[in-house]
Amino acid sequence: MAVPTYATPLERIWHYAYLVICGLIFFFLIAPIVVIIPLSFNAEPYFTFTDRMLSLDPEGYSLRWYRSLLTFGMQNPDATGWAFWSDAWQNANWVKAAKNSIIIGVFSTLLATVLGTLAALGLSRPEMPFRRAIMAILISPMIVPLIITATGMFFFYSNPCELLGIFGLPTNCGRLAGTYVGVILAHATLGIPFVIITVTATLVGFDQSLNRAAASLGANPRTTFFRVTMPLILPGVISGALFAFVTSFDEVVAVLFIAGPEQQTIPRQMWNGIREQISPAILAVATLLVIFSIALLTTVELLRRRSERIRGVTPR
Amino acid sequence: MANALDPHAAIATTAGGLTDGALRTADGRPLVRALARSQALARRRAFLLVLPLLAFVLITFVIPIGQMLQRSFYNDGFSDHMPQLSQWFAENPRGAEPDEAAWTALATDLQASAEARTIGIVGTRINYDVPGTRSLFTSTGRQVRRGIEPPYQAALMEINEDWGDPRLWSAMREASNPVTGNFYLAAVDRKRGEDGSIQQVEERQQVYVMLFMRTFWLSLLITFITFVLGFPIAHLLATLPMRKSNLLMILVLLPFWTSLLVRTTSWMVLLQQQGVINDILVWLGVIGGGGRLQMIYNQTGTIIAMTHILLPFMILPLYSVMRTINPSYVRAARSLGATSWTAFRRVYFPQTLPGLGAGALLVFILAVGYYITPALVGGSSGQLISNMIAMHMTDTLNWSMAAALAALLLGAVLLLYWVYDRMVGIDNLKLG
Repeated sequence: MAVPTYATPLERIWHYAYLVICGLIFFFLIAPIVVIIPLSFNAEPYFTFTDRMLSLDPEGYSLRWYRSLLTFGMQNPDATGWAFWSDAWQNANWVKAAKNSIIIGVFSTLLATVLGTLAALGLSRPEMPFRRAIMAILISPMIVPLIITATGMFFFYSNPCELLGIFGLPTNCGRLAGTYVGVILAHATLGIPFVIITVTATLVGFDQSLNRAAASLGANPRTTFFRVTMPLILPGVISGALFAFVTSFDEVVAVLFIAGPEQQTIPRQMWNGIREQISPAILAVATLLVIFSIALLTTVELLRRRSERIRGVTPR
Repeated sequence: MANALDPHAAIATTAGGLTDGALRTADGRPLVRALARSQALARRRAFLLVLPLLAFVLITFVIPIGQMLQRSFYNDGFSDHMPQLSQWFAENPRGAEPDEAAWTALATDLQASAEARTIGIVGTRINYDVPGTRSLFTSTGRQVRRGIEPPYQAALMEINEDWGDPRLWSAMREASNPVTGNFYLAAVDRKRGEDGSIQQVEERQQVYVMLFMRTFWLSLLITFITFVLGFPIAHLLATLPMRKSNLLMILVLLPFWTSLLVRTTSWMVLLQQQGVINDILVWLGVIGGGGRLQMIYNQTGTIIAMTHILLPFMILPLYSVMRTINPSYVRAARSLGATSWTAFRRVYFPQTLPGLGAGALLVFILAVGYYITPALVGGSSGQLISNMIAMHMTDTLNWSMAAALAALLLGAVLLLYWVYDRMVGIDNLKLG
């Protein structure tokens, strides 16, 4: 945007002031995320730039916090070679947390994506009954405060069969709290709204006559779905899945309430680290997570453009 | 409604012939019925696609929350384990002095409850209303188990004089009915007096109304700040050429995709007394080394961190509305003699209102229920109602109180959600 030719001098000044203000707001948005990256290489246990760091002295930087991520929880951190890595893989707390985060994230994403995509397909059909009300229920896990969701799940997952008592059935069928299944179900619930939103958005531009064309050419509904519908909505489904995965990967409140010691995830471990004794090792994790989110953001942006291209939506 | 039918059906009708005047399909069924049937089938098919997810969300989300909210008005911790005394309360009106029958019931129940090792539950329940009474129940329970002789009033008073406290009896009367509204009264800083009237709790115990007010006030403030910061950014993104705005958009989306805990951590690092911002201010000479600002572990910390976290939720809806605004309206206003300020105020700004409403509602809804950030950077003055719910869940274990607070918060959020659906429509919720 340029200043129009008819602008008064005052308007010109205001225009440049406006650009400066925008620059400051962008700085506010991005600086807190960028600043932790150099700080995570701090050689000292401080959360600020030391003089040696500012003078770009290599002595001021180190990988010690990244190393401490690996060694924290290991039985023999001084071992070398294969023994070190196998010990880290099995015992290091952060490695365990990463494994848990990935297991829980992948399975909850699969569940949320499959159920969410099916539902989105139903919801975008014009004949869907009670569309608005059902949509409101399915999106609500995103709106209801997490603490309320987690509290409800805490009671429910401690004894999931309590309600069966109304029907005279046995009310004791084990616990879901403190199990992987429990956390996966909880995270799937929280990821569902994102899948619904992205997939229904993709389906808005979907040309239903393509399905009819496939059917008229003799394809059965299954073939139509897998050969015609699915390839077209796939970018939306994948970005929905990525949203669901990030939701699970970043979720701590439900984990606090329903996970047991075996299901400690990365955010849970960070929560402990921040609440108890915050050390720059947290910044090392944070840096890794920022790199991870940059990778995810790039993927989603590329998918969105591809989706707009194949659906014939003119790019913005 | 023949004109509403699609052409294929019409052709089928002529081919099938008109025998009794009604339109028929090719295989001879009345068209109206065939259409209704195929529509019902399509409806059922669509619904079947949604059904698995709907069932899943109902079971893992809606029912658990309902079950939890039930605790806000149903607590059988006392009535279940003190049946005889509860019976006596039911039979005698409020204000009746406890007679020997009541004391006998109390002693019998205490004994049975101590035997069954449930006396702690009973004590905990009464402890909610009269703090410090849990130990009265457990210690008396231990002594009663060794045996107790009538007259029970004298015997119990001898064990502990607190048993004669009318406040205790009043609390036990309230707890003897498992269905109670007292937790909601407590959630708005009210309680039932000894005569059953509703009165305010003492001033130093009035916390919840203040917390609700603070939660709403801070959420409003944060919504306003995100508006002030988000509006220029959204406007810039919407008016720049596509290539540039897509690049700048990354600066908005990156925080959106970055872990919440990472963003909260970085604010802790920046705002600490020994942190980067204080260091820069000292270096610039704005503040002295001794006068480092306390910007975290208080309300300031909560406001700054939450504004940063929620800002993308304001920018994205504003941006998607501003992109559709036709620039020629503002140009027309200018050509008709409006100053740039008037053109903005009278022409441009009104057109952004749908995006502003969507963004503001979303930010406010999310802010009202925020838990993690205030818990980590809020100190004691930056805590919100969510943190109080968590405290009752994990520390005081007063689950009914947590449920009552959650019910009030949920009511507010659902009301806003309804307004959002009316105003914006959930379908228009956009991410990234």
